[in-house]
Amino acid sequence: MKQRNDDFKERHIHLKDLSDEALKERFQELTDQIIDPLLDMAYHYTTPAIERSVLMRMGFSSLEAKEIVNKMNEHNLLGHGAGHVVYKYHVMHKVSIREAGLALLDQKNLMDIAEVFK
Amino acid sequence: MKPQDKLNIRDILSDLESYRPRRKGWIWRDKGPIELGQFKYIEASPSLKNYVPLPSAKHLNDIDPQPSSTITTEIASGRFEDDIRRMRMAAWHGADHIMVIRTAGQSHMDGLLEGTPQGVGGVPITRKQVRAQRKALDMIEDEVGRPINYHSYVSGVAGPEIAVMFTEEGVNGAHQDPQYNVLYRNINMIRSFVDAAESKKIMAYGKMAQIDGAHNANATARDAWKVMPELLVQHAINSRMSERIGISKDLICLSTVPPAAPPSPDIKLNLPYAIALREFLGQYKMRAQMNTKYMDSSTREATVTHVLNLLISKLTSADIQSTITPDEGRNVPWHVYNIEALDTAKQAMMGMDDLLSMLEFKKDGYLVETKREIQERAILMMEEILELGGYYKAVEAGMFVDSGYYPERSGDGISRPIEGGLAAGTVIKRNKDYMAPVTAHYGYNNIAQYEPSFKDDPAKLIGGSTFEKPELIQYIDELDEEDNVNHRLDDNETYRSDPVLKPEVQWLGDGTITVDLFFPTDLLTAEAAALEVGKKMNLAQVEVIHKEVLHPSEGTRIQFKGVVQFDIDMTKLVLPKKIETLPEEEIIAYLKDHEIKVVAGTGGHDEHSVGMREILDIKHGGIEKFGLPYTYLGTSVPIEKFIDAAIETHSQVVMISLIISHDDIHYKNMQKLHDYAVEKGVRDQLILIAGGTQITPEIAMSCGMDQGFSRGTKGKDVASFIVKKHRDMYEG
Repeated sequence: MKQRNDDFKERHIHLKDLSDEALKERFQELTDQIIDPLLDMAYHYTTPAIERSVLMRMGFSSLEAKEIVNKMNEHNLLGHGAGHVVYKYHVMHKVSIREAGLALLDQKNLMDIAEVFK
Repeated sequence: MKPQDKLNIRDILSDLESYRPRRKGWIWRDKGPIELGQFKYIEASPSLKNYVPLPSAKHLNDIDPQPSSTITTEIASGRFEDDIRRMRMAAWHGADHIMVIRTAGQSHMDGLLEGTPQGVGGVPITRKQVRAQRKALDMIEDEVGRPINYHSYVSGVAGPEIAVMFTEEGVNGAHQDPQYNVLYRNINMIRSFVDAAESKKIMAYGKMAQIDGAHNANATARDAWKVMPELLVQHAINSRMSERIGISKDLICLSTVPPAAPPSPDIKLNLPYAIALREFLGQYKMRAQMNTKYMDSSTREATVTHVLNLLISKLTSADIQSTITPDEGRNVPWHVYNIEALDTAKQAMMGMDDLLSMLEFKKDGYLVETKREIQERAILMMEEILELGGYYKAVEAGMFVDSGYYPERSGDGISRPIEGGLAAGTVIKRNKDYMAPVTAHYGYNNIAQYEPSFKDDPAKLIGGSTFEKPELIQYIDELDEEDNVNHRLDDNETYRSDPVLKPEVQWLGDGTITVDLFFPTDLLTAEAAALEVGKKMNLAQVEVIHKEVLHPSEGTRIQFKGVVQFDIDMTKLVLPKKIETLPEEEIIAYLKDHEIKVVAGTGGHDEHSVGMREILDIKHGGIEKFGLPYTYLGTSVPIEKFIDAAIETHSQVVMISLIISHDDIHYKNMQKLHDYAVEKGVRDQLILIAGGTQITPEIAMSCGMDQGFSRGTKGKDVASFIVKKHRDMYEG
């Protein structure tokens, strides 16, 4: 930001007559206004780290989760959810969740499931 | 685990793959008034089962009053196996929140680390390391009789995975604040906030206490006290975000540091701010941290600043009182300084117990006006954030960590581009069919496409995630064949299994010692001379760690460290013999049958009386309690008078206290006492006992005494000796 002298005296005119309680309410309202869009975005987006954390919760090691998510990301599958892709493979091929995830490290299996999500 | 047994690190590391944490979540101390000895404490918590009290507690029956605040210590030397021993020492001194700093650069690693590589300025946080430390803390908390919270960091580009691992491993608290990623680690802001939402949701499930990162602003800004308005804003953003994601308010902790430190007018700057913060955000918990911004290499100066910080805590509030080691300004903290910092907190907080019941703040004038102004400035900053188009735009504009006192701007804030930073462009929009069949997942999750009834429990779709079924957790032991704990343990095994010792500041067998000296010369000469002293002492890696001018030409104090080049063979050490005391009943029974009388006093020109009174008085557990009547001669008693009084009162025992020791006057006075007794022809009939801080049994006996007693002596020790000696003399 550009340099600016302290203009508190002019800036705070609309605040100076507020009671302490009203001032606190104002502080809380503004906080919510600032974080609303941040939370909204987090609600609708995901990241490789989030998807890795999902796979870990499904029983994959950190190394496995990283490899699976990297491969899925290359095939633009993360928007469906890494766990979703694994789950789908598990249902379609009637194998365990772990077997499904590890199978997806194979390029061919991954291409096949990518087709399903098209 | 017994106090006399060391922790066995190899035992802790064995069978780790099957270890499961005994609980999840944070535990606050039991709070409430306690009575200890002659005192009542109000803001307190129960005493520990095993502890080391403050040094002066020995004058007060070794009481160790514990504050009501959780007390934190940060332990991370780079070798987690050595840190475990420090954790045990810290717990005995009152720590119940152990925080592990991560190794340099871990926040930029895209994924979890595994194994036990050595760290720099911290520890590589891995599942194995976390599991081993939590397992050790289970044993340590049983030993001290109070739950211990274990804590590290959920930040960087692998936040959500770390949060999962921490929840699985029973980690009890963590730092989590996306603003930290953005401002200080230059990780892309969108990525940081999206990840943070998931991390916080996981932490909420794990019932971890969350600590934010706002304190970094005052550690970074040029004039720390000018960022006060921004600190309120940063705290609010992270805390409210956490609350709305589901972390319980009593687990959302604001990391607040008094921004200013002496020689600025500390309390005058820090107190209005501390009140402003607690007024606006008092629905959350306060984690009071100590100031690091203005720390230099003087441990004394740091300690005084930290005590002023503790005064702020007591004048306002601190649910968690963190401690900063006084050596942090000069090195990665050493064992002894963790303990000093903990003792400083315990001593100051209990010393200021119930302070506010005696004080109240003025309702007008400087304090309330300044407090209100800080609050208004924070609101004005929020208004401008929104005018600029929201948080991301404001960060891009360089609004944060500017050294101007908002709304003043210096133009030196940290600016981050919205589309820039590490991991930029990695955020992905969730499709309509996006789904994650796991527990504690934040945001849109279309489980209903498979099973509408699992909407609130998505993990049911796969029969449970690792949070419900820990047996699903995949444990990795080591990835690096060289850089791991097994090799490090082998390298210094001799200090674990053989009877050899080496001095240590942080790692077993590190050999580091500190030398503290004064040279009557200027600073530059003194520094060079100190290095020469180190060399002549055969120390390796000699390095000056602190220098202080006493006068530009008259003198300089230097502290330097160096590494000793030898081991101490414990089998060749000569230890003073420990004198066994008789059971109390036996002492009392003997003294009932035998009338033994004592004359006692402080000899020579010496006015000290406290030590002697403690040995004599019944209320201190003195000899009187066992049935030994005494004649107290007072202080500065001429040596001859002891013997004359013993003859006059038909006493069999003379007890002389000798505290002053310059010019070896205590040696001379003991000898004089013996010689005078011989001269009077009564030496054979008298038991002569000397006591004092500089007296040892060896010294006393070499000066003609029958026994000598030093620091830490109790009435029982003396009574037991008198009975034994009397029995020898008369019953053979």
